[in-house]
Parts: sequence; structure tokens; C-alpha cells
Amino acid sequence: MLETLPITKEEICKPENLVYSRTHLMTDAALSYCPGCGHGTIHRMIMEVIDEMNLQADTIGVAPVGCSVLAYEFLNIDMQQAAHGRAPAVATGIKRLMPNKFVFTYQGDGDLAAIGTAETIHACNRGENITIFYVNNGIYGMTGGQMAPTTLPQMKTATSPFGRNVETMGYPLKITELIAMLPGTYFVTRQSVHTAANVRKTKKAIQKAIEYQKLNKGLSFVEIVSNCNSGWKMTPVEANKWMEENMFPFYPLGDIKVPK
Amino acid sequence: MSATKDIRLMKGNEAFAEGIIRAGCDGYFGYPITPQSEVLEYLSIQKTKERTGMVVLQAESEIASIHMVYGGAGCGKRVVTSSSSPGISLMQEGFSYLAGAELPCLLMNVVRGGPGLGTIQPSQSDYFQAVKGGGHGDYKMIVLAPASVQEMYDFTKLGFDLAFKYRTQVMILSDGAIGQMMEKVELDEQIPRLTDEEIIKKYPWVTTGKTSDRERNYITSLDLNPARHEILNRKFQAKFKKIEQNEVRFERIDCDDAEYLFVAYGSSARVCEKAVQLGRAKGIKIGLLRLITLFPFPYDEVARLAKQVEGILTIEMSAGQMIEDVRLGVNGAVQVEHFGRLGGIMPAPEEVLNVMEEKFIKTKVYA
Ligand SMILES: Cc1ncc(C[n+]2csc(CCOP(=O)(O)OP(=O)(O)O)c2C)c(N)n1
Ligand code: SF4
Ligand SMILES: [Mg+2]
Repeated sequence: MLETLPITKEEICKPENLVYSRTHLMTDAALSYCPGCGHGTIHRMIMEVIDEMNLQADTIGVAPVGCSVLAYEFLNIDMQQAAHGRAPAVATGIKRLMPNKFVFTYQGDGDLAAIGTAETIHACNRGENITIFYVNNGIYGMTGGQMAPTTLPQMKTATSPFGRNVETMGYPLKITELIAMLPGTYFVTRQSVHTAANVRKTKKAIQKAIEYQKLNKGLSFVEIVSNCNSGWKMTPVEANKWMEENMFPFYPLGDIKVPK
Repeated sequence: MSATKDIRLMKGNEAFAEGIIRAGCDGYFGYPITPQSEVLEYLSIQKTKERTGMVVLQAESEIASIHMVYGGAGCGKRVVTSSSSPGISLMQEGFSYLAGAELPCLLMNVVRGGPGLGTIQPSQSDYFQAVKGGGHGDYKMIVLAPASVQEMYDFTKLGFDLAFKYRTQVMILSDGAIGQMMEKVELDEQIPRLTDEEIIKKYPWVTTGKTSDRERNYITSLDLNPARHEILNRKFQAKFKKIEQNEVRFERIDCDDAEYLFVAYGSSARVCEKAVQLGRAKGIKIGLLRLITLFPFPYDEVARLAKQVEGILTIEMSAGQMIEDVRLGVNGAVQVEHFGRLGGIMPAPEEVLNVMEEKFIKTKVYA
């Protein structure tokens, strides 16, 4: 019973009792993402790892065009905003000239697997010693829910209102599997952040990717299958369920390429 | 200082490549295209990593090259790309983002004839693209027009200096003739590349990792707040205005007593220089205004000369692009005509002199 508790709220909320807090690598700016969207969680996971590995002063991030275009408003690190799809080229320029820095890109599926396919494949194939965080929500979130290269067959979007007809609109692109085939990539994995257990796994994957970059191992690629409840026109809870039932069978979670 | 001068016989493209190395370039990103492939080839054989620590990377496209330049420039590095017309068209996206993020860098276009794949022969038909924009948005870049292999070399250091002075892009607008021809070049001593510490001290805006002594830095061309974005754009315009006030460069050749005037830049200016000599040998008082900066354009000098001469003939290897700026400067004060060859053909000195005589001198009506 609450009223019989021998301890007050004031007594609990003391610094020495703190078990978890927001990393100072997230700024105070309010996230611009829709409630329930995975982007915010993914931002925080990456920042937590950079914080824990004490890399703030050595990190340069590259923000994409997409819902996370303003990532530099939220992440308390040095960042560059890239043109749509060009983040891997921008990151290449940074890393080649600042080889001792930790350099990452953060890209959506439209950014990475449509307009930026060439930049992505070639950065991976050159084995650029960078890390790519790839947020696959199967849709163009930012522009209002149009079909993406990753949109599932029959999936309805603003530009496939009767469902994606693969015969005329092409097939969803499993770019991560393609990238895993390239000799320049070292670690390729697919994760999600829709449950606490998955968040923990994603965090591990981020840690590994950063470790490998420190060791100059080449390109690490962390896909995070995420939701876009607004674009999918679902509640956050429905979106996560739909993701489990439809996205994961097509984009199975787990490591795709691990160091031997 | 070495006692003897370091003079070499070089192609224009090679002189540019040697120029950027000696000017302390940190990184070059490029993609092969005729007639400028010698730049990447020369840099590759120079083992720049060992010579100065300079990074040279062949990118998968000109789009990638220019965005690699963006990344490097955002770290305050001296970065360069070069290409020829079709490749420069692909880079326009990047130019616009570089302008929006105010990143300094050096670019070169060894112009060939267009439109489309056009020809690999020299041309000057990318004037509008270089001087008036090309990419989206209200922006300008400083455009330098070399007329010799020596200037292909000299404009690299000048280009870096201007780029960092104003946080702007500088383009060397060359052409297939200047890029490919061989002339003697006098080289300078190597300028050491800046260290990361020097860069951070000189340019506090660079992204090199957020340290505890400063706020985070970010490079972006985005601002969704209309009021702020207008202020930002006005700041860009003020910068371009300042460049217009401070950086106009041109050369007056036999202009003092000229009655007729050529206006030209690059290869065409070389042709005109010879035509001036031929004309003067015939007793015609001709001069040449050779443009060195295309942006900023020497409107004032053109206006001054327009009051002095009886006719102006612009010579361009294009259908007539620069002539529009000349006419703006002249503002109706005197007749301005254009002569140009297209398709990669360079006009001959006799040819342009003949046009000058036909258009202005033989038709002269005496009262
Ligand atoms: C050259 C260019 N084309 C189109 C756009 C418009 N645009 C902005 S974001 C976007 C798609 C983003 O989708 P995605 O990468 O999947 O990111 P999400 O918003 O889903 O996270 C598009 C097409 C643009 N900004 N630039
Ligand atoms: S539109 Fe989709 S991806 Fe964008 S913030 Fe909203 S839920 Fe997230
Ligand atoms: Mg998306």
C-alpha cells in the first residue's frame, strides 16, 4: 500500500540512488519525431555507447536527409549534414582526412538504398573505415509516407495506394545482404529497438561496430529495422506488431556478417 | 629559398596538380574525364601521401567526389576536385550544398564542348553555369579564368587563399586548350600543410570532434525557420557583395589608347592578344580587356572602357555567354558584338581581327 510506505519520493530521488539517466550526449532539444517512432531510441543508443566509450571528442557524425535530417540538433557531438544519399561520400571525405576520428553516418532506407545506393555500395566496397547506421522503416517517412526501395510487396503507401505491385514497382531491396557480400565490409548486422531485449542487442552491435572502427577493420554496417507509425498509418503499438509480423520475416534480425 | 628558380615544362592540368600539392592541399577527390584526366593521373604518380601527406582518392562518380570534398572541407581541410563539363554538371548538387554550408574548397572545370557529351575539344560554354549559379539557390562562387599554364599553377594558391578568406568555393574555369597545352611554369617552394591543431585554431567552426571547451559544431545548409533563413541568405549576399568590392581582377592589354576593344578570357584571350598585335601592326588601335575573375565581374572597368572605345567585340568559344555581363557593364554606351566558334573549334587571331574590322571599322560611317 502506497500510503504505508516508510519512504518518501524525496528520499528516493537522490543522486546516490540514480541507476539510469539520459546521456549528456543528447541535447535538451525536444525530439521532432512522432511519438512511438524508433529514431529517438536509436539516437539515444548510439549516443550512450559513444558516451560510455568516451568518444565525444573524437566523433564526427553525418546526418542524412530524411526524418533524422535534424539529428545534429539532438546529438551533442560534431556533425555534418549531408545531401540526400551522399552521407557515405561525406563520411569518406571526413575519415580519409581525419583517420583517427570515429566517423559514422545515420541514414534512412530511402537515403541509403535508393538515391544513395552508389555512394553506399562504393564506400562499403572500398572498405572505408567508417560505421553506417541504417534505419529501415520500409517507407519515406519525412516526405509523408511514399514507397521506399524497401517497401514490402503489397504494402500500401502514398505512392503505392493499392499496394506495392512488384511487377511494375520493383521488389524490396535487401541492401544489407548485398553489402555483406562485399569484401570491404567487416561486420554487418540487422537489429531492432522495439523491445527492451532488442535495445540491449542493438547496443551491443553498436559497441562492436565502434570497436572495429577503432581497430581499423573496415566498414561496419548496422541496420535497424524500425517503425514509421505515421507513414504506416498505425498506432505505435500496432506498428510494432505489424513490424514483427511483416518486416521481420522479410528482413530477419541477427548478424549477417561477423568477423572470422 | 633556393638560389635557382624551379622552372619546368608542363601541361596545364599537371601544373594545376603540382600547384595544389605545393599550396598545401590535404585531399583531392576526382573521377576521370577528358580533357582533365591528367590531374588525377599526375597526383597518383606523385605519391602525395609520402610527399606531403596529401590524400588522393578516385571516387565512384563526380557526385561522390564533390560530397567527399564537402566532408573534408567541413573539417577545415584544403580540399580539391576537378573535372570537365559533364562531370561538373553532376557536381552542381554539391556546389549548392557547399554554398549553403559556407564551406571553402577549390574546384576546377577544364571545359569541353556541350551540350550533353558534346566533344572533348576545348570550349567556353560553361560560363553561365559557373558564374550565374548552376545549382539551386541564391549563391555565387569565385571564378578564376587562367589564360596560361603558369596561371593554372598560380591560381591554386590564390584559390585556396580566397576560399578560406571568404568561406566560399573557388572555381578555376579553364578549358581543354589551357589544360592540355604545354608551357614553362615557374614553381614555388612547398607550403606545409596545416596541422589539425593549426586548423582548429584558425577555423573555430570546423567539425573535428566536440571538446569540453566549446559547444558542438555542425555543418549544415538547412534552416527551417524562415526568419532565420532569410537572415542567413542576406549574410551570403553580403559576402558576395564584399567579394565584388575586393576581388575583381583583370588585365588591360594595350587599352590606354584603344579605339576598339576585345573582351575575352582564357584561351580566347590568348587568341585576342595575338589579334591585338596584328591589328596594331596594321595601324588599328585595338586593346584587350582580359578577364581574370569572371565572378566578380569587372563591370566598372568595362563601363570605363565603354566610354573610351568605339566598339567592343567579345570573343568566346560559345554562342555568347560572357557578352551578357559585358553588356550589363557597357549599359548601352557603345555597340557590343559577339564572335565565337563552337563545337570545340578555337578561332584564329586573323579571324577575330577580321571580325573586328568587319563589324566596326569597315562599316564605320564618316560624317
Ligand atoms: C535530391 C532530393 N530528392 C528528394 C528529397 C526529398 N526527400 C526528403 S527525405 C526523403 C526520403 C527519406 O526517406 P528515408 O531515407 O527512408 O528516411 P525516413 O524519413 O524514412 O527516416 C526524400 C525523398 C530531397 N530532400 N532531396
Ligand atoms: S514520419 Fe515516421 S520515421 Fe518520421 S518521425 Fe514520424 S514515425 Fe518516425
Ligand atoms: Mg525510411
